Amino acid sequence: MSHDEIARRDGDHAEEPIVNPGMHEHQPRPTDIDDVAGRRAERQVATFFGLSSVMAILFCVAYFTFDIGDEPDLFLGYGASNIFLGLTLGLALLFIGIGAIQWARKLMSDVEISEARHPSRSSDEDRDIALSALNQGIADSAIGRRPLIRNSLLGALGALGLPAIVALRDLGPLPGTALEQTVWRKGMRVVNDVSGTPIKAEQMEIGQLVNAEPGIFFAVDEEGEPVVEGVELQQEKAKAAVILVKMRPEDITPYPNRENWGVEGVLCYSKICTHVGCPISLWEQQTHHLLCPCHQSTFDLADNGKVIFGPAARALPQLPLMVDDEGYLVAQSDFPEPVGPSYWERG
Amino acid sequence: MRLLTDRLAARLSRGRRGRYAGVVVLMLGLLVTGGAYAVLSPAQASDEAADQSTVDQGRALFLVGCASCHGKNGEGVTLQNGNQYGPPLAGVGAAAVDFQVGTGRMPMARPGVQAPKKDVLYSEEEISALAAYVASLGPGPAIPESDAYDPLAIPEEDREEAIVRGGEFFRTNCTACHNFAASGGALPGGKYAPSLRGVSDKHIYEAMLTGPQQMPVFSDEVLKSEEKRDIIAYLNSIEDAPRYGGGNMGAFGPVSEGLFAWLVGIGACVGFAVWIASSSTRSKKGTQS
Amino acid sequence: MSHATTNGAKAATAKRANPLGGLLTWADDRTGLAAVSKKQIRKVFPDHWSFMLGEIALWSFVVLLLTGTFLTLWFKPSMAEVVYDGSYDQLRGLHMSEAYASTLDISFDIRGGLLMRQMHHWSAMLFIAAMFVHMMRVFFTGAFRKPRELNYLIGLLLLLLGVIEGFAGYSLPDDLLSGTGLRIADGLVKATPVLGTYMSFFMFGGEFPGDVIIPRLYIVHVLLIPGILLALIGLHMLLLVYQKHTQWPGPGRTNNNVVGYPMLPVYAAKAGGFFFIVFGVTALMGGLLSINPVWRYGPYNPAEVTAGSQPDWYMGFAEGLLRIMPGWETHIFGFTISWNVMLPGQIIPVMFLAAMLAYPFIEAWITGDKREHHLLQRPRNAPTRTAFLVSLMTAYGMLWMAGGNDLLAVIFNLNLNYITYFMRVMVFVAPVVAFIVTRRWCISLQRQDEARLLHGYETGVIMRSPEGAYAEKHLPISGDEAYTLTARDRDPLLPAPTAADENGVAARHVRLHRLRARLSRAWFAHNVQKPTTTELEEARHHAEHELAVRDDGHQHVSGDYTGDYELDGHAADGHQFDGRHGVSGEELRQH
Repeated sequence: MSHDEIARRDGDHAEEPIVNPGMHEHQPRPTDIDDVAGRRAERQVATFFGLSSVMAILFCVAYFTFDIGDEPDLFLGYGASNIFLGLTLGLALLFIGIGAIQWARKLMSDVEISEARHPSRSSDEDRDIALSALNQGIADSAIGRRPLIRNSLLGALGALGLPAIVALRDLGPLPGTALEQTVWRKGMRVVNDVSGTPIKAEQMEIGQLVNAEPGIFFAVDEEGEPVVEGVELQQEKAKAAVILVKMRPEDITPYPNRENWGVEGVLCYSKICTHVGCPISLWEQQTHHLLCPCHQSTFDLADNGKVIFGPAARALPQLPLMVDDEGYLVAQSDFPEPVGPSYWERG
Repeated sequence: MRLLTDRLAARLSRGRRGRYAGVVVLMLGLLVTGGAYAVLSPAQASDEAADQSTVDQGRALFLVGCASCHGKNGEGVTLQNGNQYGPPLAGVGAAAVDFQVGTGRMPMARPGVQAPKKDVLYSEEEISALAAYVASLGPGPAIPESDAYDPLAIPEEDREEAIVRGGEFFRTNCTACHNFAASGGALPGGKYAPSLRGVSDKHIYEAMLTGPQQMPVFSDEVLKSEEKRDIIAYLNSIEDAPRYGGGNMGAFGPVSEGLFAWLVGIGACVGFAVWIASSSTRSKKGTQS
Repeated sequence: MSHATTNGAKAATAKRANPLGGLLTWADDRTGLAAVSKKQIRKVFPDHWSFMLGEIALWSFVVLLLTGTFLTLWFKPSMAEVVYDGSYDQLRGLHMSEAYASTLDISFDIRGGLLMRQMHHWSAMLFIAAMFVHMMRVFFTGAFRKPRELNYLIGLLLLLLGVIEGFAGYSLPDDLLSGTGLRIADGLVKATPVLGTYMSFFMFGGEFPGDVIIPRLYIVHVLLIPGILLALIGLHMLLLVYQKHTQWPGPGRTNNNVVGYPMLPVYAAKAGGFFFIVFGVTALMGGLLSINPVWRYGPYNPAEVTAGSQPDWYMGFAEGLLRIMPGWETHIFGFTISWNVMLPGQIIPVMFLAAMLAYPFIEAWITGDKREHHLLQRPRNAPTRTAFLVSLMTAYGMLWMAGGNDLLAVIFNLNLNYITYFMRVMVFVAPVVAFIVTRRWCISLQRQDEARLLHGYETGVIMRSPEGAYAEKHLPISGDEAYTLTARDRDPLLPAPTAADENGVAARHVRLHRLRARLSRAWFAHNVQKPTTTELEEARHHAEHELAVRDDGHQHVSGDYTGDYELDGHAADGHQFDGRHGVSGEELRQH
């Protein structure tokens, strides 16, 4: 502590309007002076510890008693195993804790101790020694006098950053145009999700919503293996999922170039929100609004998927529809724009 | 730990977990099937005269209870600003009436963005009369037969598979609005998707079939009748399923969990901390708070 | 101070063999442990409930390590597709990732597995919540001031890492909810200018969702971040031990000492006991309250979503930001800037963090305070700081509510859209209102303290004077309380620098100084300083003088009467103050 500091602290102290009365004398607790109270406290603590052991044993009993799995044992409609394991373990732990605290509060010495503080900094002397040692070390290395060594070393260490970054290159492929395309192609059937049944426009009623997928997700090759499966299926589904909705044709106000994108009032939109990509299917059939459950962007599907509320900035991409020879709904083409959240190169 | 009957029940109804749930469901199934048969089969007997009298009775009820909003002939009432006070009812079908009136949504107590579920005002007979009258206004979906919606109609050996499939349909078509645990969710403008807990099988089926209010229609051609029944089977199975992990705090997901972490978890720990740091009996002097 | 070690040393040479002493000698022979630990064994820690909030976080972290290790014994961090064949009927036969299937196995086929999963999740929520309340305590009481700025920064880093760690853990089970969370994270990453799509493809090993994100998050979750957390927690504790804990001012408690109980045995018992209590509370919660029932959500499917898709609570404010943000997007030169995602997802959270990180240094600069502080401030005695944090908390709370706007709408029958509009305004207005209200509130509390010092406390005894005026009697507060109230610094107001130099550089300095002086004045404006010795004296004289006048005026004096009327301990009936008795002995003061 520097002299200045001490002086100021003393000065502060002198300014104090009320003098520090100092620590109080220790006042004994009942357990300090009364043997009976002391023994009672001892019994309390021991009881808690004892109860804890009982609970630990009960935990083991519960572990082996209650079945889980296919036919779990129940207790008032709850999973008995979880409830009793939790209860017994929790109480076993709590009782140890409560016992220890009670011990500290009632029986351990509760005389308050005062310990002096020291400033966090080291003494000036220590600082000087450390500083001169540091300077000596630097001087001995001659790094100041030989800048070539210093600079080339800095260059070499900097260059090491390149391998560190380059080595991470294979974390994933480059995006390329992957985000601009989906599996939708001209003539691909729009089929019901989960069941995979193709859909005709007349099968849908006004106000109907169908959560749909491209037909290829349900296609199988000659050997009966799915054409798209596993990771690829998940990745394609994350872009290609769509919804079909049917409205009264007179309610729909398509853009001029979209007049033939629907079939008998049935329109098809991407299911992937243009905000951050949640699948949206909260379809209000009377207002023709589609709400995203994640961040509440709302799109008007009668009006080309325009955003009418919420954080999304872009209209929901629409998939142009037509019917095939058998009268089933099929795509006219892939989506005319990238689906899902915006990104820098999207334009 | 277990009673013999329980094992029996478990064997009878694999997948149901309540102690007597198997037996109860079996009895209930028999009762419902029998009851439904008793109620429904006469209605379907094509007795023209009886039909006509039901329709007339329905019309009488309609004029008293519904016509003020839906018009005397169910043609709907349009306000001057073009909004609909009550929509036209031609073509909504008997199923829609059975759902709306059978869950107490209709008649509405007051105009609002959405008709809430409330006490049912009409008797079974009156509801079928109303349904018969509205059905006579134009062709629409009929009240489904119990085989269509009752999961017990699914053959025993297929039931488990049906429940799994129903779960898939449920998560694809329903959870977006009704929540993963069927607890319901919000829609724009003060509207909401109601909770599905405690709703009868028939009403769930009718709702999918007719698309009440903002709910989209799921017509039988696209979401097949059996697929709807699978969804109902799944819903029943999760409603009967034990709460494996303890109280579910409303089954609203992470928000209620966070609330409990603060109120119960931090609350209890801080409570203990206060106890630990409080000075014991002698005196409170010398400590600051 | 060094009982234990001397005991140890003695016992080693004593006749009776003490196994503990023997062990200590053995260890000290090799490590010189005694020299290091002689001061630590009886190290003093002050006792206050608010000093144990950080402990909740520490012990939750231990519970996380224990339960997490249990879970790793069965969890398979793989996105390979398997057909589920476990005990949960409703999902049997479905295709799902191994990660999800093994999570179901832990929940349904391993005894105690569900309990451990739930405990792990609950303690994660508690871990971060406890760090929050601990940080609030440190902030409100000024414990971050010199020399503890570094430890404050470490603490904030721990909080940040804890949140990232929590999000990684939330994503591991690969259920519908965690997949939706990852999808949103993917959207946030993609919104990054220039690099967005590249970062997304490198994270997911290609297009979302890919099959590498879960193994990658797994190693981050079980090794990388816990390792850093452990190291930083160690550093946090080391600095705490070196700098010694702060304490509240009070009789005998000064800036130069620390008063409390020794590490061994009291603090060891209390802290150790608290570990078991935190562990026990977590176990009870894990046993009785269901958390993250992954079987209900189903396996992740990019075409599915559920209402009520929310992150865990600590990400709730970011969720709220995303929800209330208007849909702004700029298209320029064929590129897209997604303000609607970038601002709430990247820029504002970083700004929140930066504000918290920079705060101690900004405050020190404005106040010009370079002293070491070991005595805590009551929040009221730093009104601007208290108001600043309260306004930040208010903003956080608003965003938090906005993050659950759908549930607010359902539960309280509100209009979803109106909540969003309301929050868009309130997120700006409420913090300002909170700031002003809190600041004034603190200042009036300071005034109340001053009144207690100068005029004593309100006895609740109303006296009527012969003229018919009513006044409440005040009695002086205890010496301890008076000392405690005055044991705080006077706010150092910086004087404005007088004149500018012709020199340009100096002039800039002057401008900076002037700004600083203005800030400092605004910072301390209206704060009530503690009374000086003279003021206290004056107040006492004034009170005595008033009483004397009153007593003389009415000839009821029995001036030397010193009754033993004391209010402490028994109810006053008012006769003590009826004016017939001399009350100078009771140091009675008029308001």
